[in-house]
Amino acid sequence: MIYRESGQFASSYAKDMRMFPLLQDRWAFGALLVFAFVVIPLIANDYWLSSILTLFLIYSLSAIGLNILTGFCGQLSLGHAAFMAVGAYASYNFAVRLHTPVLVNFLLAGFVAAAVGLLFGLPSLRIKGFYLAVATLAAQFTIEWVLVSFNWFAGGSMLGAIDTPPMNIMGWDVSSNLDKYLLTLSVVVVLAIVAKNLGRSEVGRSWRAIRDLDVAAEIMGIRLFPYKLLAFMVSSFYAGVAGALYAFCYLGSLEVTAFELAVSFRLLGMIIIGGLGTILGSFLGAGFIVLLPILISQAIVFLHISGASDFLANAELMIFGGLIILFLIVEPYGLARLWQTIKEKLRLWPFPY
Amino acid sequence: MEEFLFFMEVLVSGLLQGFMYSVVALGFVLIIKSSGVFNFAQGSMCLFAALGMVSFWEAGIPFWLAVLLALLMMVVLAVAIERVVLRPLVARPPLILFMATIGLSFFLEGLAQGIWGTQPHGLDIGIPDRPFKGFPIDVSQFELFAAGVAILLVVGLVIFFHRTRIGRALRAVSDDHTAALSVGISLRMIWGVTWALAGMVALVAGILWGTRLGVQYSLTLIVLKALAVLILGGFNSITGAVVGGLIIGGSEKVAEVYLSLYFGLGGIESFFGYLLAMLVLFVRPYGLFGDEIIERV
Amino acid sequence: MSGPVTPEPLPGPAGEPPRIALKAGGRPILQVEDISLSFGGLKALDRVNLEIREGEILAIIGPNGAGKTSLLNVISGVYHPQQGRILFEGQDRTRFRPHAVANQGVARTFQNLGLFRAMTVLENLMTGRKKFIRTNFFLQAMFWGPAQKAEIEQRERVEQIIDFLGIEHIRKVPVGTLPYGMQKRVELGRALAAEPKLLLLDEPMAGMNLEEKEDISRFILDANEELGITIALIEHDMGVVMDICDRIVVLDYGSKIADGPPAEIRNHPDVIRAYLGTTDDQPPPASATGDITDRAGRAGGGPIEET
Repeated sequence: MIYRESGQFASSYAKDMRMFPLLQDRWAFGALLVFAFVVIPLIANDYWLSSILTLFLIYSLSAIGLNILTGFCGQLSLGHAAFMAVGAYASYNFAVRLHTPVLVNFLLAGFVAAAVGLLFGLPSLRIKGFYLAVATLAAQFTIEWVLVSFNWFAGGSMLGAIDTPPMNIMGWDVSSNLDKYLLTLSVVVVLAIVAKNLGRSEVGRSWRAIRDLDVAAEIMGIRLFPYKLLAFMVSSFYAGVAGALYAFCYLGSLEVTAFELAVSFRLLGMIIIGGLGTILGSFLGAGFIVLLPILISQAIVFLHISGASDFLANAELMIFGGLIILFLIVEPYGLARLWQTIKEKLRLWPFPY
Repeated sequence: MEEFLFFMEVLVSGLLQGFMYSVVALGFVLIIKSSGVFNFAQGSMCLFAALGMVSFWEAGIPFWLAVLLALLMMVVLAVAIERVVLRPLVARPPLILFMATIGLSFFLEGLAQGIWGTQPHGLDIGIPDRPFKGFPIDVSQFELFAAGVAILLVVGLVIFFHRTRIGRALRAVSDDHTAALSVGISLRMIWGVTWALAGMVALVAGILWGTRLGVQYSLTLIVLKALAVLILGGFNSITGAVVGGLIIGGSEKVAEVYLSLYFGLGGIESFFGYLLAMLVLFVRPYGLFGDEIIERV
Repeated sequence: MSGPVTPEPLPGPAGEPPRIALKAGGRPILQVEDISLSFGGLKALDRVNLEIREGEILAIIGPNGAGKTSLLNVISGVYHPQQGRILFEGQDRTRFRPHAVANQGVARTFQNLGLFRAMTVLENLMTGRKKFIRTNFFLQAMFWGPAQKAEIEQRERVEQIIDFLGIEHIRKVPVGTLPYGMQKRVELGRALAAEPKLLLLDEPMAGMNLEEKEDISRFILDANEELGITIALIEHDMGVVMDICDRIVVLDYGSKIADGPPAEIRNHPDVIRAYLGTTDDQPPPASATGDITDRAGRAGGGPIEET
């Protein structure tokens, strides 16, 4: 009875096309922002801020990027983590060599990643489907190798180990875990809204048209190659910014292995479980994957299972893999669609139909 | 002369390694040919098979019996995969099925290690990884043996596809699903059979690679090598799997050795195959031997 | 071409003659000259000549496997012919890619539906308006100013088409969940949304019941008369074809065997022979190759089956 649209009439197309057409959704979104910016800083401890929430936000951002390429445009990528690496190392180099301001730095990291994404998107001119997916693996391995082999990228240290310099944004010393959380949150909120906007305008529609049926998309006047390239670039931009945040706000010091193939697969798992082609799904999937090991270790403590560390790792693999399969079979649009279904039910509640 | 011999040695060793890539790639080709599924879990199946086999053997079961048991296990696994994963996803887009096999890959890896543990197992099948004596160049006995196994496997598969009833049914299905169904071929049975076959190939690949690397988690990574081989050779061609394996095996070894010799750049094996494959794709978008897919409107 | 269009009842056969008379002199909007297309050894089109005249409704008919869909594919740029050329409004565009053809003002529907299944009806129709949206990427990212204005303008136009087709109630439903007949209607709407000069319809009424066929016929006639769109359609229902079309082209084994007004085609000896399938007891025409053995089982042209 509380969640329903009755009495709310869209009196103009502008109103009908709002990001959240329903009053209740707008309230919920506002409340969520207040919660994230005000309540969490008051109640969360350092462990939650540094190890869970910041990581969750960064993964969400990267997952949005992957979702733009895979969920929106239908081009499967298995090398998304490599573009995070590009962003991380680009931002590091801008910071230590050119001393650019932090936010400019992040933006540049995104652009560098986008440029590299453009390069690895070029094969989409000729190949598609599995062939293209496997080609994205080339991006993963080549980028990893370049960053490890040429230690210029890491300022001369071995294996690409870097230490990020301290951040200062117009007098705001971003040093505590809370500061880093708030910085990450701000960046993620802005870029998530941008992604949402792209999704509902002409670019997003063209991407989804290509995903659903590329032949028909072309016949509707959509040029496939530029749009695919654009998807590669935007996707990599998001990954790049996420990588920069990962280096500066989450880890502080890292090596190239932080962006190995397994991370690419984890990101893919997030968007499958969270929901392909939705921004909300990127957040839900990221949250789920970040919380999964914690849930399992809690379960182990609760059930008094011995041999915990091995079991934990294997159980995590099995649950992760199993859930990917399960969601693909039962709910291809992931947790985000489940959420839709719940809202649908809520709209009718307390009546069954 | 000295330099030429060295080059030959590198090349031959690379080519023989290429045969081992081909064995892994063959498992993929089998499944793609019959069901159009790109099975990313092939590497995990290798780990699963090899880990099972080694564990049976270490438990005191004779070698051949352990192999047989592992074979049986792979058949059971194949049937289970068909029922639980593939059947509900029938008629879904190929990319969705591909992603499902990525999930399957993680699941099998966790399952195998959950059952048999995460410690690496040594595997010694009695053929030393040492060069023959008396040759002008060094050729590992084990690599020769592995190449022999790969060739036998290919011959066996070709005979199976062309000379047996079930093999012909498989070819019919890969040519045209609907037409095959209409003449009474059961798709479920076919899928079960191919996955079982792919499981057996995975066992062979797992034993070969397990002997070289030890039976452990990293076996799942050989899938990544096989993928490059596949896109180079063409996804649905047995010939492509073999030729692709040889090309990548040979060229990446030569490139690795000479690049690190003259430029000090090591570790290119991780991506060299992919770059090569991508170059080929620009010229032939469906690989060297893959069937071109005509866009249907 | 502005303002909502109110559907009218289907004009009876009595209303036809003056329309034909009016259109007979229309100048050609599209000329297909001496087109041949083959897949491997299979010849789908064999030196086909065809002219579509401005303002007419042209039907392309022929037995299964005659090359009708191949012809549409060549016209819309999906395939490029090995021989011959295509002129649109007098300009050679034989080698154009499909998107370029679309931007010239050609829209089409598919035999087996070419909708974007996971997108809503509204979004599907909005893809038809793509060429009218000329805002840049960064404005769209902000969804602000000109970008929002363009969206609203195009939305208004799309709403008129939704109104025209009577699909208001399903505008926010993903098309994949709609019944088949409704999807066909949405696909027609998407093509209309592009405001084409030439509309190609590949079996717009396949698998429909009588009532649905009448609806679609009415939409086609209205689109032609009120929006001034030239239409070429492939259809198997001869009743419909004879009723709504100004001119009929008949294909068989990839060749054109007849071209003329419905009354003439109805009694054309070659057409009757092609349809009654006399090929069973006498050799097929010279143009046919031995490869086409299963033509009865095929709809459309050659190896191109459903997607």
